[in-house]
Amino acid sequence: MAFPTLLIHHLPTKFAELPGWVSWVVGRIILGFSVVIVITLVVFAATQILPSDPARVILGPEATLEAVETLRRQLGLDKPFIVQYASWIANVAVGDFGVSLDSGVRTAEIVGSRLDNSMALLLYVLAVTIPLSLWLGTVLAIHRDSKFDRTVMTSLILIKAIPSFVVGLALIMIFAVILLPVLPAVSLLDPTRPAFLQVSYLILPAATLILSVTPYLTRLVRSSVIEVLDSDYIAAARLRGLSEVVIIRRHVLPNALIPAIQGIALTARVLFGGVLVVEVVFSYPGLGDALNSAIQMRDLPVIQMIAMVTAIAVVLINLTADIFTVLLTPKLRTAHQPTLRPGTRAAIKMKAGL
Amino acid sequence: MSDDSDKPAVVSRLSVQKRGFLQERQIRVGLVIALLLVFFALLGPSFAPHSHEALVGQTYGEPSVKAWLGYDYLGRDVWSRVLSGGQSIIWMSVAASVIALVIGTSLGVAAGYLRHGFDRAVVWLTDVILAFPDLILVLLVVSMLGRDPWLIVLTVSIAFIPGVIRLSRGVTLGVAEQEFVEAARMMGYSRRRILVREILPNILTPLVIQFGIMLTWAVGILAGLSFLGYGVAPPAADWGLMINENTPGLMIQPWAVIAPIVLIALFALSTNLIAEGMTRVNAQTEGQ
Amino acid sequence: MRFLFSKNRIESNQADNQQSLSISRDATLVDVKNLRIERADGAVIVDDVSFSIKAGEIVGLVGESGSGKTTIATSLLGYVRKGAAIIDGEIIVSGMNIRKISAGGLKKIRGIFAGYVAQDPAMALNPLLRIRVLLSEMLETHLPDLSVRERAQRICEVVQEVGLPEEDSFLDRFPHQLSGGQQQRVLLALAFITRPNLIILDEPTTALDVTTQSHVLETIKKLCSRHHVAALYVSHDLAVVRDLVDRLIVLYAGRIVEMASGASFFDNPRHPYSHGLLAAIPDISHRKMLIPIPGHAPAPGQRVQGCGFANRCARQREICVSQVPALITDKESVAACFYPIDTKTPQSIRASIEKKTVHTLHPYRRQSLLEIRSFTAAYGARPVLFNVDMDLFKGSCTALVGESGSGKTTFARALVGLGADVGGRLVFDGSSLPIVAEDRSQDQRRRIQYVFQNPYRSLNPRRTVGKTLLDAIYHFHDITPAIARVRMLTTLEQVSLPPTIIGRYPRELSGGERQRIAIARALLSEPDVLICDEITSALDVSVQASILQLLQTLQSKGLTILFVTHDMAVVRAIADNVVVLKHGNVVESGPLKAVFDNPQSDYARELINQSPSLSKPNNSNRFVQGERI
Repeated sequence: MAFPTLLIHHLPTKFAELPGWVSWVVGRIILGFSVVIVITLVVFAATQILPSDPARVILGPEATLEAVETLRRQLGLDKPFIVQYASWIANVAVGDFGVSLDSGVRTAEIVGSRLDNSMALLLYVLAVTIPLSLWLGTVLAIHRDSKFDRTVMTSLILIKAIPSFVVGLALIMIFAVILLPVLPAVSLLDPTRPAFLQVSYLILPAATLILSVTPYLTRLVRSSVIEVLDSDYIAAARLRGLSEVVIIRRHVLPNALIPAIQGIALTARVLFGGVLVVEVVFSYPGLGDALNSAIQMRDLPVIQMIAMVTAIAVVLINLTADIFTVLLTPKLRTAHQPTLRPGTRAAIKMKAGL
Repeated sequence: MSDDSDKPAVVSRLSVQKRGFLQERQIRVGLVIALLLVFFALLGPSFAPHSHEALVGQTYGEPSVKAWLGYDYLGRDVWSRVLSGGQSIIWMSVAASVIALVIGTSLGVAAGYLRHGFDRAVVWLTDVILAFPDLILVLLVVSMLGRDPWLIVLTVSIAFIPGVIRLSRGVTLGVAEQEFVEAARMMGYSRRRILVREILPNILTPLVIQFGIMLTWAVGILAGLSFLGYGVAPPAADWGLMINENTPGLMIQPWAVIAPIVLIALFALSTNLIAEGMTRVNAQTEGQ
Repeated sequence: MRFLFSKNRIESNQADNQQSLSISRDATLVDVKNLRIERADGAVIVDDVSFSIKAGEIVGLVGESGSGKTTIATSLLGYVRKGAAIIDGEIIVSGMNIRKISAGGLKKIRGIFAGYVAQDPAMALNPLLRIRVLLSEMLETHLPDLSVRERAQRICEVVQEVGLPEEDSFLDRFPHQLSGGQQQRVLLALAFITRPNLIILDEPTTALDVTTQSHVLETIKKLCSRHHVAALYVSHDLAVVRDLVDRLIVLYAGRIVEMASGASFFDNPRHPYSHGLLAAIPDISHRKMLIPIPGHAPAPGQRVQGCGFANRCARQREICVSQVPALITDKESVAACFYPIDTKTPQSIRASIEKKTVHTLHPYRRQSLLEIRSFTAAYGARPVLFNVDMDLFKGSCTALVGESGSGKTTFARALVGLGADVGGRLVFDGSSLPIVAEDRSQDQRRRIQYVFQNPYRSLNPRRTVGKTLLDAIYHFHDITPAIARVRMLTTLEQVSLPPTIIGRYPRELSGGERQRIAIARALLSEPDVLICDEITSALDVSVQASILQLLQTLQSKGLTILFVTHDMAVVRAIADNVVVLKHGNVVESGPLKAVFDNPQSDYARELINQSPSLSKPNNSNRFVQGERI
């Protein structure tokens, strides 16, 4: 009895000493966690209403009805939804999504290696896209409405409009088949070596994704740099005789980069969707390719795990972006109760044209 | 910092008149392309030399005078299939965007205006949906429930709704705190009237722009879905499906893939041009 | 020759720049000749402007919004905002021609020779940088030879000079952690830290409260006289500059209309516009009848041939609309007018003004129309109003005065039912009035109307003026369209607007016109009480006068008015009763004369004393008189 009372007595004062953002972060984590819980429910429920019967899939069409029923019982498929969900979630919580219905290998094993490959691809994409769009967006903003700006912006619009699988196919035709047959059209990764090192297989898929994401980020960076350039404090800094280099580096960029953080998080959703298609186009053995074949095979555990991994990744990325935004904005960091202005993210999305 | 920036001076009617959307070149170009494609898709079937299902040539036959774009993997006339295959992607992308716009705006405006519990619940719900990338969400649903066109349309719109909710909620919050809305509240105008007359007209522009953006996205998702083999079922003629069917023969008869690709890209480009143009006009008018 | 001298000094000897006194005492620092600045679309912002500033001189640059005063001020530093360009003329600053200057020269002008203080301190400071970083950045850029110790010492000095706390922890704060006054002092410190010869101040106190304003003005004066720094003080407020400046330049529609020494301008304004301005500005020291200038100032691109002021001028003749009057020196002042007002006229006019003011004052009426008792309000957990009691007397004008954060707007909004977390009791015309607008009867809502501070946001931008007005009529009155139209036109006439305005959208109207529409909307419901929340603070003084005049007319017809404001001079001009609010508490209330002539609370006394005046010596003056050389 003594301990909880002690806690109740001490928590508020302890909390009061902490900066306001700590309790905000705790709140955001709890909220993110609740979203994850609902995602598990959605994923589980959605896969439950699949028209196909997992037991039938495992045993094949020749099996007797009796055998199927027995397996259903063994798999716990006859129990009420809640019970099934509870036992499922208990396993999922420790990373156990069961055994692939298709290959019989542990789901975590399949997905794990595929995840590594997709991560390698995404890392390359981000390593190029982020610096590229920061640089290009800033340069365009500084030279806004110039011929250079208009040309680049128009080309970005053109690239942005083309679906990513079309970009992928076009790249295949150009670099792998017709014009310059230098790069492999199909990513036959050597599974014994880290995907990260097999650069030649990564170039075309990465280039496709870079082309599909860079326009959004560049536009966002451009418009937030323009917004800062037009602000009173930049005019004031100019009137204080600070050099243009100092103004851009110290005054403009830091202020413009904070919305870019949210923008990077927002493109995560685009990237994950793009990965699915691009991996299929190039037969790249990543998560997207795995999801595609799992769906064709109706391989429930694999589908569930990939859907969960993606969704949780998106939630985590958004959470991280929010935390960085608060920590990097003095006004929010020092506030008693930090609140991101409602509609901030919608505005950023709009600026990026997402 | 400038005394001139918030000038109250009377400006003549013409000079502040909003720049019309049609004056922006990007919008005009986009509209022309979009309309041409719509006509192409609508009237195409009646001009097709062959039925889109008829086997009239040899597998992957090369282009000739008889068949401008050659034959596909089954020996059907590509030109006829291109003429017949545009309708589904166009109506489906428009339908998905319209549904998302209507439902998303209703929920978003309600959340932004009513605030409190309802707002929090709606935003939380969008967080859940937004955790799934568009294409993955659609793929999951379609693979489970079948490839009925209306089901695809509904799922695509569900993927879009959170974005519309977030946007309309954000702008509604901005408009609702303006004094003219408070003035209406103070006068005792009904809630419905405030929503319809005071708030809605003032949030239309960003929503229209969002509509253009959604169209582009919908084209991408629907085409991607077809490409992965979950779109319209064969043997129907559909641009996305054609890409999927004929990709294996890319090296022998590329025109069966290139033709639908070009048309899809053009359609996405036209909607994107319109959305971009509207964003620009809007930024210019707001900058005044 | 003088230019050459100073040019050499700056270029050869930049490390020594802090010794500003080495410039000879009355050297010309700034010489502007025939300056013309246009927007990209060809609209003229500034035309044919010539003036000079001598070392140590404080020059006021005064004009209403759109007059081009900020544009001129920043052009001295070689800065015009995007979309504008200097088309013609010469700007010589410290012997260098700004239009032909090198990047290095411009850097020296901006950082070392001249400092700049912007209008809105909250917007003019980079939100991501600590005060210390901002200050040392200036030294690193402009005085790179200073050692780390000297730098720290200089920062310490300047912080002390501008009256900021000297603690180390203060320098580690971010801009948002400072009060508005402190932010403005940081801007002053940034401008003074390199010990410039000239400082350009762009409405530095407009965003501040009266008491803070007077302290900041005091600091500016002290700094200028101690370091013999010349200043160009840009302002729209004649009362503020009155005791500050040596010389005054009045701008109208992008041109100089009058230049005079401070003293002679206020005693003897020559240009009809100057004269009109002085008659339109309320004065805290006595109640006077405000005389508005008819019409409004033309925006860039709308300006006409001839004298820009001609169409608003009572003395206009034929020549005024065909030719631009040149600046003509006459006695102590220079005015651009074919028919300048001569010395005798102002006195006679002034006499007639005095006569009119004798008393429009209403007696302190006893019949209460709206009783407010134990009124409280809160924003979430933070209380804003504490047990406020107040009466609005039938047919009177009550002024509710307070500085920012006093809760005055919260109070006014709560009265019309626009507040959350409001408590207390309201009795309106004998019966109880619910707190929330939605709970009130239609008739109660009709009888109490509200006009918002910002005329740019109080009208639906997507509805024409006519629709907005008709909405209000039909909402409260069940009448036919024909009668509604007649009522609308009658009311428009009452607020001096032409009937053609009903087809317009708010964005096509000026601020003054919009505010009239807002008032017309309120009047159409035939209210008994009109609550006006700072309705003139976004408007120019000449427009303010016409709105205040309108309110007085309405009051004489029996309307009860609650006028919420921060401006004591306006209170003096229109109120019968005064209530002073501080941090959500009423600190003083009573009839106007009693409160102004014999304030009981320290706070009210301070507010009255610190408010700048057109006629009495300003309070802040006393502190600096001794230091001025």
